[in-house]
Amino acid sequence: MRSGADGELVRLDGASCGYGSDPVLVDIDFSLSARDFVGVLGPSGSGKTTLLKAIMGTVTPFAGSVQRRPALRMAYVPQVETVNWSFPISVFECVIMARRGRRLAWSSRSERADVARVLDRLGLNGLGERHIRELSGGQQQRVFIARALLRDPELLLMDEPTSGVDVRLRHEILHLLDDLNSTGLAIVLTTHDVNGLAAHLPQLVCLNGRVTGAGRPRDVLTPAVLEETYGATMEVLQHAGMPVIVDGFHRRHQAARVPRETEAKAAP
Amino acid sequence: MIDEMLRPLDYEFFRNGLAVATLAGALCGLIGVYVVLKGMSYIGHGLSHAIFGGFAASALLGVNFVLGAGAWGIASALLINGVTRRRVIGSDAAIGVITTASFALGLTLVALFGTTGLSFDAALFGSILGVSGGDVALVGVVSAATALLIFFNYRSLLFTTFDPEVADATGVHTARIDTLLMVALAASILVTMQVLGVTLVAATLVIPPTVARMLTNSFARMLALSTVIGAGCGFVGMNLSYHLDVQSGPTIVLVGATLFACVFAMTGARGRQRASGVAERFGALRAAR
Repeated sequence: MRSGADGELVRLDGASCGYGSDPVLVDIDFSLSARDFVGVLGPSGSGKTTLLKAIMGTVTPFAGSVQRRPALRMAYVPQVETVNWSFPISVFECVIMARRGRRLAWSSRSERADVARVLDRLGLNGLGERHIRELSGGQQQRVFIARALLRDPELLLMDEPTSGVDVRLRHEILHLLDDLNSTGLAIVLTTHDVNGLAAHLPQLVCLNGRVTGAGRPRDVLTPAVLEETYGATMEVLQHAGMPVIVDGFHRRHQAARVPRETEAKAAP
Repeated sequence: MIDEMLRPLDYEFFRNGLAVATLAGALCGLIGVYVVLKGMSYIGHGLSHAIFGGFAASALLGVNFVLGAGAWGIASALLINGVTRRRVIGSDAAIGVITTASFALGLTLVALFGTTGLSFDAALFGSILGVSGGDVALVGVVSAATALLIFFNYRSLLFTTFDPEVADATGVHTARIDTLLMVALAASILVTMQVLGVTLVAATLVIPPTVARMLTNSFARMLALSTVIGAGCGFVGMNLSYHLDVQSGPTIVLVGATLFACVFAMTGARGRQRASGVAERFGALRAAR
């Protein structure tokens, strides 16, 4: 999101991509630099995950271009809701599977040390032998972040990291990501959560098939951009210097009810 | 009593059959882990029927059974894999269409042109009478090749089975891995059919991994356990089939089913919870955008 080519990791220029002949994203301009922390906000089907796939290279644009810095190390964390929690796999097995370059079935001593280090860094020390389902929600999310970090990425892509989690866990994840970003890791995450997550991020991209807004939350989270993104009216309040988004439905609904109630009372 | 139990080992056909049943059980138990965890348990049933089409065609054309039916089975497996990966239809539907069509073709060929001396009863239900030293060597070669394939692609296979989308994004050649797995599966079914038969081979791919899943939460241990359970069922089933004078295929499957029932009862709710998830698929089912 920073200007200039220095430290630029990924650049999309007029990229249009999708699945089969259906375009999901149209004419996307987007750039990402080292240490960026960007939230991609938009309704379901707006192309958030497709944008992550375009950055990763698993979706090829049929117009425009996606350029990545040569030898860029990327890692992807899927939505935990899409994980098969019944799969017979321990925390250690889940994390080590991302390590490339060794073909043998068993891990080397240095690999085991690397896994131990990354588990320790994420507060999962001593849980390596546990089945992934036997962890708390926050620990489960951190296992998949650990798997991503084992690749020593420069760019971390996360799909809906706070989907379906409670407030405490959302705070925990946000703090963890903030810590990782402060060590130099660039992060791009997708989210539906405007108030709980997006408003707290340094940079946002609003998406609805195309980019409807990009920049700092206070510049992007405006009624006009949100209506263009979600196709619904929203109000933006300010609380402690942060934008708070309120669904416009309630106020409009109330406004429509008042005249009807007044008319009903006036009727004989 | 021990003499009576060891008596069948005096016969070469039984020694060959026992070796094939044990090796085939281990082979199917090993590769069955991936089949079951990918939610493709039906593929064993389907592919064995598809290979029956190749069996009939190769018999009529006078082509070597292993080559003809093997090529047919591998082509069917790759076709299923290709259709499934494109996600135009689900894997269950792809398996159903391709393999039943192949089986129907085999039956039609037999009805139109008859057989050329090969026992189709043996193909359907299994027989140890025709197992030669060459068959033992063939099962051994396929078992060794499959074990090496898994050993040298362990992480890629695990990643592709557990999380194909992320594996793909991480640089794992998931298409190549799936293709290798399908070829190994078709070869395993082909060499196992003679002992177990078309109709029962699927059980040896499903029962050992399911029992192993009830006993462990670790993938590595599940692989090892499933292989040992498969080999054990083959060994015990083959011996029982001789003493009870029952066909080898049904006996091996019944031994596995009995073991499943025992483990199911002994592991209680925890085992059942583990087993309930063996056919679950995850993220790939949802085309998240």
